[in-house]
Amino acid sequence: MSVIFVLIIVSMVVAGGFLALFIWANKSGQFDDTVTPSMRMLFDDKKKRGTENTSQQAEATHHNRDD
Amino acid sequence: MPLQSQYGKMIAAEEYVDEKLKCHHCEDLCRQEHIVYDGKHFCCTGCKTVYELFQTDDLRELYESRNKANPHLAGKYDFLENEEIRNKLLRFRSEKHNIIQLSLPDIHCSSCVYVLENLSDFHSGVIQAQVNFLKRTAEVHYNPQVIKLPELAGLLSSMGYPPQFNMDEAEDKRRSSGSSGLALKIGVAAFCFGNIMLLSFPEYLGIDESMDDSFKTFFAYLNVVLVLPVIFYSGKGYFQSAYKGLKRRFINIDVPIALGIVALFGRSLYEIVSQTGAGYLDSLGGLIFFLLIGKWFQSKTYDNLSFERDYKSYFPLAATRIEQGITTAIPIAELKPGDEVMVRNQEIIPADAILLSDQANIDYSFVTGEEKAVVVKGGEQLYAGGRQVGERIVVRITRPSSQSYLTSLWNNQAFKDTDDLGTEEITNKISKYFTAIILSIAFVAGLVWYFIDPAGMWQVIAAILIVACPCALALSAPFTNGHTLRIFGRNKLYLKNAYATEKMVAVDTIVFDKTGTLTESSEGKVLFAGDPLSEKEAGWVRKLVENSVHPISQKIRKSLRADTEFVITEFSEVPGNGLCGRVDGHVLRLGKAEFTGANHEGKAGRVYLSIDGQQRGYFETNNRYREGLKALVDQLTGYKLAVLSGDNDHERAYLQTIFPRGTEMYFRQQPQDKLNHIKELQQRGHKVMMLGDGLNDAGALKQSNVGIAVSEDASSFSPACDGILEGNQLKHLAKYMDYARYGRKIVIASFIISFLYNVVGLSFAVAGALTPIFAAILMPLSSISVVGFTTLTSNFFARKKHL
Repeated sequence: MSVIFVLIIVSMVVAGGFLALFIWANKSGQFDDTVTPSMRMLFDDKKKRGTENTSQQAEATHHNRDD
Repeated sequence: MPLQSQYGKMIAAEEYVDEKLKCHHCEDLCRQEHIVYDGKHFCCTGCKTVYELFQTDDLRELYESRNKANPHLAGKYDFLENEEIRNKLLRFRSEKHNIIQLSLPDIHCSSCVYVLENLSDFHSGVIQAQVNFLKRTAEVHYNPQVIKLPELAGLLSSMGYPPQFNMDEAEDKRRSSGSSGLALKIGVAAFCFGNIMLLSFPEYLGIDESMDDSFKTFFAYLNVVLVLPVIFYSGKGYFQSAYKGLKRRFINIDVPIALGIVALFGRSLYEIVSQTGAGYLDSLGGLIFFLLIGKWFQSKTYDNLSFERDYKSYFPLAATRIEQGITTAIPIAELKPGDEVMVRNQEIIPADAILLSDQANIDYSFVTGEEKAVVVKGGEQLYAGGRQVGERIVVRITRPSSQSYLTSLWNNQAFKDTDDLGTEEITNKISKYFTAIILSIAFVAGLVWYFIDPAGMWQVIAAILIVACPCALALSAPFTNGHTLRIFGRNKLYLKNAYATEKMVAVDTIVFDKTGTLTESSEGKVLFAGDPLSEKEAGWVRKLVENSVHPISQKIRKSLRADTEFVITEFSEVPGNGLCGRVDGHVLRLGKAEFTGANHEGKAGRVYLSIDGQQRGYFETNNRYREGLKALVDQLTGYKLAVLSGDNDHERAYLQTIFPRGTEMYFRQQPQDKLNHIKELQQRGHKVMMLGDGLNDAGALKQSNVGIAVSEDASSFSPACDGILEGNQLKHLAKYMDYARYGRKIVIASFIISFLYNVVGLSFAVAGALTPIFAAILMPLSSISVVGFTTLTSNFFARKKHL
């Protein structure tokens, strides 16, 4: 029966992982705007733009969060 | 286009809306003011642009052609070159990558989102754009080496989305949203509460007797660990609020809640450590979880509305200063007395000033409530907030912007008092009696138990505090008010917070502003009387008035929707008389009756039209009183009414026919006078609701107990207030007031229900028979039944009132 100790701790860790995901999703602003994405998904995908821009974007977003 | 209407020969612009005209692209209903292009109707520029995109494949080419078509944008956004202003606006800047959050109030439908998010196809300098539809904002990433900020603003403007810049938004660009904090707290509480329940299951089912003792202790201590974040993170707001209240000698509802939390935790910890029981940790988790849900439910917010605006939102960011013939854009705060400033057509005078040009035509309607534009001669005083209509003028500043006549209103005490204790809230009013009763019951029961069985005394006291913890009580008002808030929102009365619904109940005096509140605002309807204009004729008139900046011309232009693909020649504007020109080969004359060649005297407020010498009829442009006003006044029998108007008293006689005899009416009221009137009414013991629209009402709205801003379009500017009401819903005001009163009755009824639960719980607690499982059932049961009761009754009364 002592396996229950292990099982409960494992289940807590798994559930805690989901809680951490929820906290991360909330802090990263995924719930800030729930309307626009629902419109955006209906637009057709366009050809991707140059990779140069994307790397800059990532850098900028990173900076943005820092300040 | 069929122009026959139910009004006989009168063609109301609103009629177009009645026809349920659908946008050619997105099939939304078109508003009164919309776009006709290529013979098709579009609800907004986004739809029109998408339509155009479908016609032309190359997006860049489209933009180039549009940009050429908009030469008048030059110079409009030059102030964005100013380093200081740019620093305020930009969220991130580097050599090749800047990020700016732009407010684009013209975002209207999903097509707008599509067009704006593909902004990078319009200009290679734009890296990426992301729209927030609810907030009507776009976050634009751009390369400052390729596209300058003024150019970007001009691009958006030429696309039909002129960005709005004002001091207010520049200041709070880093404001974080408060609701995400609440969501986190609820998330953490839900996680912990769920797991505690799970670990308490053996106890609920009574199988813990057969369990190993080591399991029991393990589960119990795990529960203690799980409950800590609930108390110290999710529930910390209750302790803070209770402490803040007690410090100011005021017992709010959070005091008994905090007491209950402490009792629950202390008792549970004692039981677990002494190994006498499993404690009430599941009840504690559930309590805080339910309370937070109630808080969340009443915190309905309207993302695209702002209830805290002051003059800063109305004023522009920068002014154009002229120094030795050179114009530079500088932030308004840096304007000094003596500076010479250029004010273009439709721009706002940034500070009190003296006019240096020969003549100016200033529209003060938003500041003073006076309807007519004022003609000012050179050398005369101009006040901040007026809007120049016509040619650009040069003025010399006499006072800094923050000390100008208008803005000094914001230094009034009314704008400094912030009451965050909520002493007037019904729940808090009850809580001091409630807390006193609970404490005395606990004291008496403890005393009695001391004589019967001293060992059981502390147990009983803790049990009383636990079971009396006012969970259901604390949920009654938030849920009822939350429902009221939503039902009002559905009916286009947007309240700032749930507390405003409670304040509405106390109101016994309603004060109306006239211009823009009782009457339709200056963008109201324009009626044409005469033989209906054909679509072609309407297009001619529109083309004619497009050439004039006179406010009435603009009103007529907005009321007409028709293609204007005509050539206009021989255009001339005769000040004080009207416009004439040859459109598509036909001579149009628009203005005073004599000017158009009529042989009769025209009436004031009418604009006559003749085509090729033929009288066609007239446009009626006078601001009209809203429909249903008389009926509304008749319904508001229980209230003392008053009218405060910034306008002159030429409508007094008419107003007296609407309002009951003895209604106080004051005209030519300055903003400060209005505020003082409200204050005086309050000193006489009245609870005042003020309805107004412009900056001139801002002081009165703030001073009043409930300030409601009346607006044609809820997302347009309105001064700081407790609620925003869409203009055409004013006639339902009496219904809203009634419904707020029902809300109060519902709250009281659910208080009674939760008291009944408390009586049951207390009788068990006093007898010393409160078991954890009983507490774990009673608490959610009482909360859920209160929530269910308020939900059902709120919706029932809403249906009864046709809301």
